[in-house]
Amino acid sequence: MKREKGRNGGIGRFLANPGVISVSVVILGFLCGTFLIVAVGKKPSGMYTALLQTLTGFDITRGTWNPRYIGEWLTASMPLILSGLSMGFAARAGLFNIGAEGQYIVGLTVAQFMALFFPPIPVLHWVAAVAAAGLAGALWGGIVGWLKAKFAVSEVVATIMLNYVAFFGSRWASMQIPGANTYRTPNFPATARLTSPLFEKLTNGSRLSLGLWVALLACLIYWFVIEKTKLGFELRATGLNKNAARYAGIKVTRSITVSMLLAGMFAGLAGAVVALGSFGYGRVLGGYDNYGFNGIAVALIGNNTAGGTLLAGLLFGMLASAQPLMQSRPIPKEITLIISGLVVIFISMRAGVKLILDWQAKKSARLRKEAGNE
Amino acid sequence: MNSLIAMIPSVLMIVSPILITATGGMICERSGVVNIALEGLMGIGAFTAATAHYFLESSTPFSVWIAIAAAGFAGLLASLIHAFAAITLNADQTVSGTGINLLATGGTTFLAQIIFKMERTAPFKLGMMPGAGGIYPTAWVALVIVIIAWFLLYKRPFGMRLRACGEHPQAAASAGIDVRKTRYIAVMASGLLAGIAGGCLVLTQTIQYTIYTINGAGFIALAAVSFGRWLPKGIAASSLLFGTAVALSIYMVNIQSLRFLPSEFFSVLPYLITLITLVIFSGKEYAPRASGQPYERSGS
Repeated sequence: MKREKGRNGGIGRFLANPGVISVSVVILGFLCGTFLIVAVGKKPSGMYTALLQTLTGFDITRGTWNPRYIGEWLTASMPLILSGLSMGFAARAGLFNIGAEGQYIVGLTVAQFMALFFPPIPVLHWVAAVAAAGLAGALWGGIVGWLKAKFAVSEVVATIMLNYVAFFGSRWASMQIPGANTYRTPNFPATARLTSPLFEKLTNGSRLSLGLWVALLACLIYWFVIEKTKLGFELRATGLNKNAARYAGIKVTRSITVSMLLAGMFAGLAGAVVALGSFGYGRVLGGYDNYGFNGIAVALIGNNTAGGTLLAGLLFGMLASAQPLMQSRPIPKEITLIISGLVVIFISMRAGVKLILDWQAKKSARLRKEAGNE
Repeated sequence: MNSLIAMIPSVLMIVSPILITATGGMICERSGVVNIALEGLMGIGAFTAATAHYFLESSTPFSVWIAIAAAGFAGLLASLIHAFAAITLNADQTVSGTGINLLATGGTTFLAQIIFKMERTAPFKLGMMPGAGGIYPTAWVALVIVIIAWFLLYKRPFGMRLRACGEHPQAAASAGIDVRKTRYIAVMASGLLAGIAGGCLVLTQTIQYTIYTINGAGFIALAAVSFGRWLPKGIAASSLLFGTAVALSIYMVNIQSLRFLPSEFFSVLPYLITLITLVIFSGKEYAPRASGQPYERSGS
């Protein structure tokens, strides 16, 4: 009797743990994806060998090893981690930042301009470009926070509209650069690039860049601000209960604006990392890169914590960089998008898991009571 | 002036899908469920309609309408995911809506790869034919839909109950209204309408479905709902405004005297106008009070 009670509580606590929910949701997403591949008459092994090759560089179908795949995996993860931090930071203050895509684009565009027009001084050049991109993203996000705080404009609709504004604005601005055509600008000077000869050597010529340090540093900053500062405390209080925070003397308007500012900064940094790390020239965007939108899934899986977002970013980076490998084996690469979408939907059902647990707890309590009466 | 009159059919062509979707969004939010999946549901509808029409157009003259019906059905089915998550499982409605948007992009392209062996549907030969005055029938469909929605919401007991669920679900429940069932119907209606709208869009404005077909129309419809203050005549006016902005952005590129402006300026206009009107006419007090909040049965 006593033992059974303890076991029930244990399972309940186990399932209520956010980390456990994230892992099970991811597994569930993969299961659905696998089922879908089978349903359309393809072999799911193609997906898993592609994922294995991305993670370890080992091609099990040919028995070859190439660390370049590991480098590309980390490269794809960096902007996802950063935009996940962007989404997560806003979520901690109770905001839903669908605008990471726009803030990413603004950061990317400013980084490209800095790369082409800032004097080519070693180190200072790329540092300035990365910083400017973060600042520009912060401003773009801050506008939304300010509109939300001041005019109660829904941040969801506002950020979506600003995504389009950023996209078309970026296209227009980038095409004004002398020597630019409809898809690219001239090459950047070497001093603007984030490339690292060491990383290149280690990963057999992948595009892995110093952006890795930017992403890791951003995780550290995120953790420090959220967990260890007064600002972070105020943001979290605002997110948990706006009215209570207001009565406690927290300036809610300021908290909302600041949280969107910092969220925008992380997304802007993602733009810089992609622009200066993965490309040697400025791009005139032809469509969304989708890092911002995928950041939503990353933050949700990572439970809006720094460590969780890091891991989730690596997971989605793996899905993204495995896409070309899947396409060649021949699995439609959109399966990764489907898995992300499913994972987000499952995560949204978290509240439902709690409902079911409560219901079960009630049922077992009733059973126990009945047993006691007998 | 003449050129402005000549623009009317294309304005209506663009407004219709936005208005149909916004009507669904309004019904959904009035029952207390926020549906930001409208964009994705439109995409699912557009994909279904484009596929159905491609296979049927040579065999039946009613292919267009069958395609639109199929699109509505597909939208309805997909909206059930949102309904189940948001209503039965008390999910965060914004999050589950975002999930459906991701799923719609991935799912439609995935199916296109399976069916057509490429990342879009194969182009159909002939879309919907415009009727009298060069106006597509979709304009009349949209008009009928918004009038029916108004009639149901304001002239029938069901509509009153639905609105009560969005204002104060606990009170509605104590008056004997099945809040969950009502909300399910509302979400399914929004899925049906968004699907139909996606079908109308793809059959009037283009010749195939790609991931760029919808291009924010669903989000614009979402903005039209709040700018139209959750009222049928309000969303009709706001959809007309936003649709005109989109039509103008396409049209103005070809005006000689405006050539000095870059084409991106025109592309960005509809989104900018939407944003600015939202700021000017912002204010939460018009929104259904319980919109976006899960309804939890107390007691039991």
